[in-house]
Amino acid sequence: MKKQSLSNKVIDFLAKGNLAFTITSIILGFLIGAVVLALAGFNPVEAYTIMIQGIFSRPSYIAWTIIRSTPIIITGLSVAFAFRTGLFNIGAEGQFIIGAIAAAVVGYAVELPAIIHIPLVFLAAITAAGLWGGIAGYLKAKFGVHEVISTIMLNWIALYLNNYIVRIEGFQRPGAQRSHEIHESARIIVLEQWKRTPEGREWMRGSEFFGDILRTPVNWGFVVAIILAVIVWYLLNKTTLGYELKAVGFNRHAAEYAGINVPKSMLTSMIIAGALAGAAGGLHVMGISRSIASLAAMEGYGFDGIAVALIGANTSIGAVLAGLLFSAIQYGGTKIQPTLGAPTEVINIMIGTIVFFIAMPKLIKYFAQQLKKKRGAKNAG
Amino acid sequence: MKNINFDHKVVEMKNITKKFGNFTANDNINLTVHKGEIHALLGENGAGKSTLMNILYGLYQPTMGEIYINGEKTNITDPNVAIKKGIGMVHQHFMLVEPFTVAENIVLGMEPTSTLGTMNMKKAVKNVEDISKQYGLHVKPNEKIQDISVGMQQRVEILKALYRGADTLILDEPTAVLTPQEIKELIQIMRNLTTQGKTIIIITHKLKEIKEAADYCTIIRRGKHVDTVEVKSTTEDELASKMVGREVSFKVEKEQKQRGDVGLKIENLVVKDNRGIDAVRGLSLEVHVGEILGVAGVDGNGQTELIEALTGLRSITSGKVTVNGNDVTNKTPKEIFQNKIASIPEDRQKRGLVLDYTIAENMVLENYGEQPFSKNGILNKLEINKFAKDLIEKFDVRPNDETIKTRALSGGNQQKVIIAREVTNDPDILIAAQPTRGLDVGAIEFVHKSLVRQRDNDKAVLLVSLELDEVMNVSDRIAVIYEGKIVGIVDAKDADEKSLGLMMAGGGSQQ
Repeated sequence: MKKQSLSNKVIDFLAKGNLAFTITSIILGFLIGAVVLALAGFNPVEAYTIMIQGIFSRPSYIAWTIIRSTPIIITGLSVAFAFRTGLFNIGAEGQFIIGAIAAAVVGYAVELPAIIHIPLVFLAAITAAGLWGGIAGYLKAKFGVHEVISTIMLNWIALYLNNYIVRIEGFQRPGAQRSHEIHESARIIVLEQWKRTPEGREWMRGSEFFGDILRTPVNWGFVVAIILAVIVWYLLNKTTLGYELKAVGFNRHAAEYAGINVPKSMLTSMIIAGALAGAAGGLHVMGISRSIASLAAMEGYGFDGIAVALIGANTSIGAVLAGLLFSAIQYGGTKIQPTLGAPTEVINIMIGTIVFFIAMPKLIKYFAQQLKKKRGAKNAG
Repeated sequence: MKNINFDHKVVEMKNITKKFGNFTANDNINLTVHKGEIHALLGENGAGKSTLMNILYGLYQPTMGEIYINGEKTNITDPNVAIKKGIGMVHQHFMLVEPFTVAENIVLGMEPTSTLGTMNMKKAVKNVEDISKQYGLHVKPNEKIQDISVGMQQRVEILKALYRGADTLILDEPTAVLTPQEIKELIQIMRNLTTQGKTIIIITHKLKEIKEAADYCTIIRRGKHVDTVEVKSTTEDELASKMVGREVSFKVEKEQKQRGDVGLKIENLVVKDNRGIDAVRGLSLEVHVGEILGVAGVDGNGQTELIEALTGLRSITSGKVTVNGNDVTNKTPKEIFQNKIASIPEDRQKRGLVLDYTIAENMVLENYGEQPFSKNGILNKLEINKFAKDLIEKFDVRPNDETIKTRALSGGNQQKVIIAREVTNDPDILIAAQPTRGLDVGAIEFVHKSLVRQRDNDKAVLLVSLELDEVMNVSDRIAVIYEGKIVGIVDAKDADEKSLGLMMAGGGSQQ
């Protein structure tokens, strides 16, 4: 009897709270991931231990996790923002690329004091990507073109535009499939120059904790990501603009009836979503890659953003946490391969499985509700 | 009455209690229905009558209580069990496959097959024709659902249940979507079915229909069983007060009033419908301040297009609309709103509310951009909530909590939110489209009082409704719309149902 009531409680818990599913699906994801590893003939406990150590055992590992989470947190915010206003932004990938291009061009083409150059590069990235996102918004508002279709197309256009621009003479780095690096005045890597000086090296050797962290390209991007998360939250919940955009997303007919300009709202929403993804691309260039490369395929920052937004339930705080989780799994996963000798494919399948389960709390909810229904029937009988 | 077999209890629900979390939707309800009876289940929106029937049909499981079907204790775990036990249900929103034909819909799930396992369409049509003849429910088996009227679709639903061997039919608000003529036909159909030994349970809050059709009536109020009465020995007033729990007046109280100048003037208006065909065809109308002008008409005569044109949602092909002398033809909804026109939309869930917004957020849907609700683009939630609290109090919105989503409100309370918002904007012109559709007696009374109050405050009120009773009760003058034109205007005190009905059908205008 007691056991029954306990299991009922668990089911109740699952059928109600949202956080509960997310946590359950994360656990479930790891369990199924373990099955995948076991089937491939590797000890899952060992693998997960390596993975967890690979994320937490050294300050620099934690720093890497945070660094790698930055772009996907921001693209996650982009997708989440669009979603809250009723739009499905598949185009974060392309907007990311456009932001990166703009940052690389402005970062290389002009030379200014850092205090002006950094904001200028950032502004260029969000403006270009905002306009890029705006194209899909305009097509939707004006001609009713579904944003899923148009943003997918725009992703490919952005990719090939990137490859074209990288190869422009004067911009391409001689002998490389990359652009020139942006000037140091446009970079946001913490203490980049000082790290290379003799004193810097000396200090880093002396300080175990900070020295280890500074060995990674730790940069200000994560701070900007947090600021952007706060801005998105504020915009959606505290301003008239957010009120309008959400109203259109929830019920465009009622919004229209109440006098809200629906097409304009859609355009605005896509511009903001694009600008966010562009910020991710810009910060990536300013903080990590310092240049753009010719791309053979999509890098996936935008697509990861979709998963991050989903896991984070389309909230700002959710995007930050989900981005960190996502980044940790990806980064930690790479550690398993060399230590255990597991093929990369197996590791990728494991990561994929985990992500797949994390991204579908709805399924868990569905099962919980079905179970509850059945129990209800039994109780009535 | 003569069909009822009192020795045969088809359905007996004993001490049914259903809880959703802390909310008790059904509290110890008893219901007994005899064979051959038309039993009405009466209650306000949210009283728990649909919940009770969903339990009988197996969609919900009761928290407590027992169900007996034909005297046998039955555990109805899902609708399949209910169907096996001879219970069929026709939902308020039909469950039909639109591009399929009538016959295909009726046999769906139990299609007659030929030897090779392919569907035998001929036999399906034959079966449908047989069953439709047997019960006097005439349908055309080969027509597609999307091409037939709502009344016909309802017949298809009823036939679907009968085809599955239903002896007891549950009809959920069956008249909500029907025209007066179709309602008469439905009542006739129900009578026919009882003479053939079927039993009918009808969920409704329309007293007139209960009086006309039902033998017995069980009244539920706030989840509790109030009474079961024999319909012929009771009155509508008695039923109403039992349902609402207090005396209700049907007669709209209003005093004689001298009307003022023209507030809203419509001249030769032409508006196209979604297919690009003229729906409003040169309509002219004047609404004076201090009067309620009711527009009566059968659905589909241009009412929807007229309202959408007046509120800026649909473009006007030609003609002119003026408010207090200002031209508002083809203005945006916002500009029209700024010209002091407010409106209660026809479809409150589609147009009137953002259901996922809270009551407070919906209360400022039109003026969130103005002080004190916002300043420099930043919302002032404190002011918005204060404003909403005030309106909730004034308009008695339940539950009394500005932070809950309007999706969670009953239809009547959703309408109260809309009316509170629109009236508080202090408009010169109020356009009310089907303002009481789907509402119960108490809420209807409230809506009508609100309209009269606007009129008494020297505002112009344009009421468009498909309910002739409503138009006749509330209006000062009545205009009849037919095929996109006003075919006659009469003073409400000289109006009678018969001559209005004739005009609504396009026969004989007085102008």
